[in-house]
Amino acid sequence: MSSTLVESHRKSSALTFQELLFRLQSFWADRGCVLQQPYDVEVGAGTMAPETFLRVLGPKPYRVGYAQPSRRPADGRYGENPNRLFKHTQFQLILKPPPVNVQELYLESLEALGINLKKHDIKFEEDNWEWPAGGAWGVGWQVMFDGQEITQFTYFQQCGGLDLDPICAELTYGLERIAQVLQDLDSIYDIVWARDPETGAPVTYGEVRFAEELQFSVYNFETADVAKLWEHFNLYEAEAKALLIQANVLLESESATSAEKRRFPLLATYELALKCSNLFNILDARGAISVTERIGVIGRIRALAVGVAKAYAVQQAA
Amino acid sequence: MPDFLLEIGLEEVPARMIAGAEAELGRRVQELLTRERLLGDGAKVTTYSTPRRLAVLVEGLLAAQADTEEQMTGPSWKVAFKDGAPTAAAEAFAKKAGISVVALEKVTTAKGEYVGASITRKGVAASQVLAAELPKEVLGLYWTKNMYWRAGRPERFVRPVRWLVALLDSDVVPLEIAGIAAGKASRGHRVLHGEAPVVIALAKDYSEALRKAFVVVDTAERRQIIRKALDKATRTVAGARWREDEPLVETVLHLTEWPTVILGDFEPEYLKLPEEVLVTVMRDHQKYFAVEGAEGKLAPHFLAVLNTAVDEEGEAIIRHGNARVLRARFKDAQFFWDFDQKTPLTERVESLKNVTFQKELGSYFWKTEKNLAVARQLASIVLANGIVFDLDALLKAVELAKTDLTAELVKEFTELQGVIGGLYAEPQGLGEIVSKAIYDQYKPASIEDSIPSTVEGQLLGIADRIQTITAMFGIGNEPTGSKDPFALRRAANSIVKILAESGLPLTLSNVLLSVGSNEPNNVQVSAFLRERLSFYLKDVRGFAYDVVKAVLAAWADSDDVGDAVARAEALTTVRGSEDFTAISAAFKRIKNILRQAEEKGYAHGNWANIKADEAKNLRSAIQSLAGEVAKLREQRKYSEALALIATLRSSVDTFFDKVMVLDPDPETRGANLALIAGVLSNFSGIADFSEIVTS
Repeated sequence: MSSTLVESHRKSSALTFQELLFRLQSFWADRGCVLQQPYDVEVGAGTMAPETFLRVLGPKPYRVGYAQPSRRPADGRYGENPNRLFKHTQFQLILKPPPVNVQELYLESLEALGINLKKHDIKFEEDNWEWPAGGAWGVGWQVMFDGQEITQFTYFQQCGGLDLDPICAELTYGLERIAQVLQDLDSIYDIVWARDPETGAPVTYGEVRFAEELQFSVYNFETADVAKLWEHFNLYEAEAKALLIQANVLLESESATSAEKRRFPLLATYELALKCSNLFNILDARGAISVTERIGVIGRIRALAVGVAKAYAVQQAA
Repeated sequence: MPDFLLEIGLEEVPARMIAGAEAELGRRVQELLTRERLLGDGAKVTTYSTPRRLAVLVEGLLAAQADTEEQMTGPSWKVAFKDGAPTAAAEAFAKKAGISVVALEKVTTAKGEYVGASITRKGVAASQVLAAELPKEVLGLYWTKNMYWRAGRPERFVRPVRWLVALLDSDVVPLEIAGIAAGKASRGHRVLHGEAPVVIALAKDYSEALRKAFVVVDTAERRQIIRKALDKATRTVAGARWREDEPLVETVLHLTEWPTVILGDFEPEYLKLPEEVLVTVMRDHQKYFAVEGAEGKLAPHFLAVLNTAVDEEGEAIIRHGNARVLRARFKDAQFFWDFDQKTPLTERVESLKNVTFQKELGSYFWKTEKNLAVARQLASIVLANGIVFDLDALLKAVELAKTDLTAELVKEFTELQGVIGGLYAEPQGLGEIVSKAIYDQYKPASIEDSIPSTVEGQLLGIADRIQTITAMFGIGNEPTGSKDPFALRRAANSIVKILAESGLPLTLSNVLLSVGSNEPNNVQVSAFLRERLSFYLKDVRGFAYDVVKAVLAAWADSDDVGDAVARAEALTTVRGSEDFTAISAAFKRIKNILRQAEEKGYAHGNWANIKADEAKNLRSAIQSLAGEVAKLREQRKYSEALALIATLRSSVDTFFDKVMVLDPDPETRGANLALIAGVLSNFSGIADFSEIVTS
């Protein structure tokens, strides 16, 4: 009895991976969100993209959504583990300030994915988030859907070491997890990414992404050149630091005009900081960061990220 | 008398914080109403909570405070009235008192005649008091972590406040909290009821109104529902029982408004994984209850507590979904288990250099080296005392104890560190003794937990913990007040418990010095360990506090934990007997006299010079008993020793009845002082009886 019930339920509601993204995008676009493209620099999470990290600073309201491929080099498993990925896809949403019915909107977005809430068990369980290197933290929940975490929901309190006012709500949908649930699959690699509209023939997640998982696992764990990674790291850091020094001089200057302050390339400086963060993650996966080094390196990244955030807040007010 | 209802509607509050907040809200409301004289006789305060609300219902509230009378005294009558006519002073006073001049009274006091005023203060209506005072109480609730949500950051709370219900019977109390005005509209279950408001018509109908909206607000009732539903779901499997887990019941209780239970299955092949791993996945990661068969072995089922009620189709979908998640987790665990076997523990020691123990101290490789040195010291003492155990196995266990930190399975299930190492050691050919010692290294995990079952495990547990304690004290991380971020008290409690229950021939000093005799914080650590011993005797073993004080104040070596327990037991049996009460009183008296003598600079003399017969009697009693008591103490026959000491009573009592110790004659006085000091020095080896409370 039960397997046929589940079967029919699955068939009637199984969106492909890309349809899932379409639905979320159009749902939130209809509710006033800017749809951004994924940020084109390596990040570990959607939070690190400037559309979140920098936009949450300052008083200006903003609503944005984007799918963000998120790299976690140490989580790679050569494509062998059906539930782990080096790079997963987050649908990241920032609502600043959060509407009072933000949770209800979130549940509606699940309905937009064809989910009948009356046939599932949904819980908001405490899960607080922090990114120490970004001086960022918030409180919130993991949304549990029939025992599976499908979304991280955070009320940002601080970012770049700055108190946020207004705060914002960050919703991070784990797209692979949700697709796995909707399509009822034991392996991420079996997710139907797209279907041929004429024949119905599926293109799977594995076909699209397996090679990337395998090869980046090999690179991150085996072949990445540690000495060169450090060189890259030091170069990016040096440039970012130099820019930050200039930025601070300029932003504090009383003779500089507002226009001069506003054209200073802090967004580029932030990209350099993100490069450092990604390089650190690869070095870490490579086992190249010793205990004593670790805290120091995180501190260096934090100095850059927090430095940019503080300067950015000043620049916005200039 | 009206009933009052307050419901604070919230976004989902963390489960771990709800019970405390609910109790605190009840307490605050009770205290506020008492302070404001609004609580009627026999009033009843009931609290409720669900993840989305905290509520309190007060039955028997007074509609208003009672009126009060107050007397004010003003200027002297002569100043206030000239020739019977009120002066400016009278006018001013009447104005201040808020009454007319004609209402002023003459008050006669010892100092003369004054102007007085009786003022009646009208009691304030409950509604007004609540509106003014309650918001402060609510916003004053303590949360371990809270947040801002409104622009301008006007207040912090655990989660945003979304609605408020405040009713005196059927009337809204006009209060406002965090920008939300109170009304009659509550909210029901998110899915089962939907977004339509749930109107509470009458305060006392609260819980029934919400029940109709699929919310059970009474936590005791919800707990009952969950337990019964677990029973019922488990009955579908013959001979099965759900594994009792009170903390998990409490957690799911605070995650649900309308709990139901489903029973799901997993593939029996996963039962090959260690039970510890399976239970951790189910309990800690998924909040599922485990199911066991008749023999107590895990059965391939799980119980999930849902926050909804579904039809047959929904149940099938939810069961299927939960089972898939669990299967994925088990598969992961299996994957990690197999993967970890590729690198045996013995090949992982070096990689501990990459795992931080404490950033100011070093890695777990450093920690392991230190633990080895400590364990060697402890082992040599234990061996010298004739205890037989496998030294090589102990050292192997210490060397490998932390290596599972590099295992994938431990990275996934950090709470199983140690246990997993032990589970890996056995199939890797390290032998049962090594495996067991590694497996047990964190036992006892709490004061209720049992100690490691082998000498090797006990020594590993002691060595690891005392090394941690000493090292943490060394970098200023000792516990202070309620702060103990490194759980050093728990570590020390475990050491004491192992020493007390293992019978190992180790004193607290042996343990402390095994780290090194030159550690700069040895004095503090020593005091810390003794304080933990005192905690153990009092709070774990339940000895009376004065018995514990007496035992720990004995001049004999008190840092042998097992011995302290034995002495406390013996003392407890005689405490309260007539003879011992007298002895305790006498010891107190002796201490007082000796203190006085010291303050006055009186020297102790030679007890050969005592004169009174009663003093001579006492001296011979001491002489005849001292040797025997010392021998019994040596043999740890404490009950017999105490029985002998009790026989001192008559000679001590007579001595104090007849002899003035601080005799004016210096020679007699000196002899007397020497005599009573002799009582103390000869008979305080088991306990300092003067600490025993006698009144």
